[in-house]
Amino acid sequence: MISLSRAMFLGLLRDRTALFFTVLFPLMFLLLFGGLFKNQTAPRSDVLQIGSVAVLDQIPAADRADLDAVLHIDKATSREEALDKVRKGDVDAAVEQSGSTLILHYSAADRVKSATVQGVFNELVQQENLAAAGVTTTAVKLDAEQVEDQSLKTIQYLTPGLLGWAIATGAMFGAALTLVNWRQKKILRRLRLSPVSTGTIVGARVGVSVLVALVQTAIFIGVASVPYFGLQLSNYWWMCIPVVFVGTLAFLSIGLLAGSFTKTPEAASAIANLIVLPMAFLSGAFFPLQGAPAWLQTISQALPLRHMVDGLLDVMVRGEPPVSVLPQLGILAAFAVVVSAVSVALFRWEDA
Amino acid sequence: MSAVASTIAVNDIHKSYGSTRALDGISFDVSEGEFFGILGPNGAGKTTALEVIEGLRRPDKGDVQLFGASPWPRNPSLLPRIGVQLQASSFFERLTAREQIRTWASLYGVPANKADEMLETVGLDDKADTRTEKLSGGQAQRLSIACALVHGPELVFLDEPTSGLDPQARRNLWDLLRDINGQGRTVVLTTHYLDEAEILCDRVAIMDSGKILQIGPPAALVRGLEAATRISVESGSMGMEDARRLFAGDEVSDDGVSLVIATRNPSAVLSTLADRNALRGLSVSGATLEDVFLNLTGREYRA
Repeated sequence: MISLSRAMFLGLLRDRTALFFTVLFPLMFLLLFGGLFKNQTAPRSDVLQIGSVAVLDQIPAADRADLDAVLHIDKATSREEALDKVRKGDVDAAVEQSGSTLILHYSAADRVKSATVQGVFNELVQQENLAAAGVTTTAVKLDAEQVEDQSLKTIQYLTPGLLGWAIATGAMFGAALTLVNWRQKKILRRLRLSPVSTGTIVGARVGVSVLVALVQTAIFIGVASVPYFGLQLSNYWWMCIPVVFVGTLAFLSIGLLAGSFTKTPEAASAIANLIVLPMAFLSGAFFPLQGAPAWLQTISQALPLRHMVDGLLDVMVRGEPPVSVLPQLGILAAFAVVVSAVSVALFRWEDA
Repeated sequence: MSAVASTIAVNDIHKSYGSTRALDGISFDVSEGEFFGILGPNGAGKTTALEVIEGLRRPDKGDVQLFGASPWPRNPSLLPRIGVQLQASSFFERLTAREQIRTWASLYGVPANKADEMLETVGLDDKADTRTEKLSGGQAQRLSIACALVHGPELVFLDEPTSGLDPQARRNLWDLLRDINGQGRTVVLTTHYLDEAEILCDRVAIMDSGKILQIGPPAALVRGLEAATRISVESGSMGMEDARRLFAGDEVSDDGVSLVIATRNPSAVLSTLADRNALRGLSVSGATLEDVFLNLTGREYRA
């Protein structure tokens, strides 16, 4: 079994295309998305100031810094220009003051940003009013603290998601292509005439795929943990290893199935791609599914990748305890068993 | 099982694929140490016969015994005793020749140094670190034969080992095959080359359309034809008139290059030619398996 695994592993190591698609390609996505959306948690709204606005101009320097963290305020050259830019969506709002009235012109193009702008200015006005009324002590103080779940930093959900996708791709293609290639090149036939059992052949493939998946995991965690990306692993992150293991088995079984009813490596790749890409989108491997419609959520529950990504998210970044992933482990294992059984039924030693 | 069981005993096997009769009642025995050839044009049923005998396919009817045991269903105790040559393309991808043979060796529990020795035996030690994809046709065939022999099987199956090779590579491979048989192994070879069967095999079975037409040592099959011997000398060694008169019962022709006399009494023709000092450029050729095939089927042999 070791020698067969070794043969497969060496073959894989020397196959640049396969290496690219199983390791480098998903890693490129991680680098790209991780870099692009690095500061996505603090989106600033652009506001144009028309003429002099006392509320803004007289603000103390310390408060102004706080304000600049949320708003990017520029002075407009003219009122017309400012309103035009709001209309076109170049800026999120324009503000002017006439006497004691603060007028905020906003566009509803980006509801989140317009709401932010309105909220901020509302608060500014309140403070101004309180100051005018001579109130200096606060009755209620708000202390905001971010909770790590729904609003994970980009890298926190990207890493488990893309890792899940990478493992799914690697395991599916590995199984499908090995099966089809070996059948086409009559290696299966030759193995059948050697005293090696089917269990050994399957075991060798499983061994290689699990090893590849663990290497992918190590590389992903390693890259995402560099300070530039700043992945923060939670305490039970090592529980991702059993998730990766059963997940690999589940995707191997799909790969075997794809390899069972295709004849050429090209057809096997096409089928595997046809399965893995939509599944990755629907399973939240590329973006979180929280905002997705209910029907999509339902569909995604039927996909093994959804459960793998959920499991990885739970233990790697959400800080859930090890037992929390037992349902996912169970679902993935059951999936692997059922699909493998179908593949065994469809299995052919050679092309008819 | 009898005490002197044949290495291979094939008894009236039939195999059909849909309406195609690939094997239509084939029987033969191969004894220990024999070099046995299955000869026939493409589509004659050679490969199917081999697959049934190896235990890859179940015959519709009839039975096969290897060393007195049935190869179907898969019989793991039998498998280490037989070696099957991979077709030239049946290698693990992107491995070197050495890694390839070591992998196969380890599947049979054979240590790596034995595998390396086998590589040397087939003359590939200088190609050990070459990827199998980069080997020439002849080298790939040698490697695949080495992979089939690495566990020291008593019985070796070779399916068209020389097809697609250039004449030089074919001859080199023949030497190797003779050595394998010389070591006491039983060899079964399928081929569509008549000359190959004639040169290598102790006995051949001539197959066509799923049947064995004739079986026996090549020389005996050819002799059994009682075909004419073709004696040729340089054109003009003797006038056509003279030749026709002297060899009245024989077929005489002259194509401007050679004067050819096809005769059933070669010694008389040769002595007559010698008496007249007309032996310049002499060559004598007997019938070949090709003539046997022609005689059996009434049509030209086309590989």
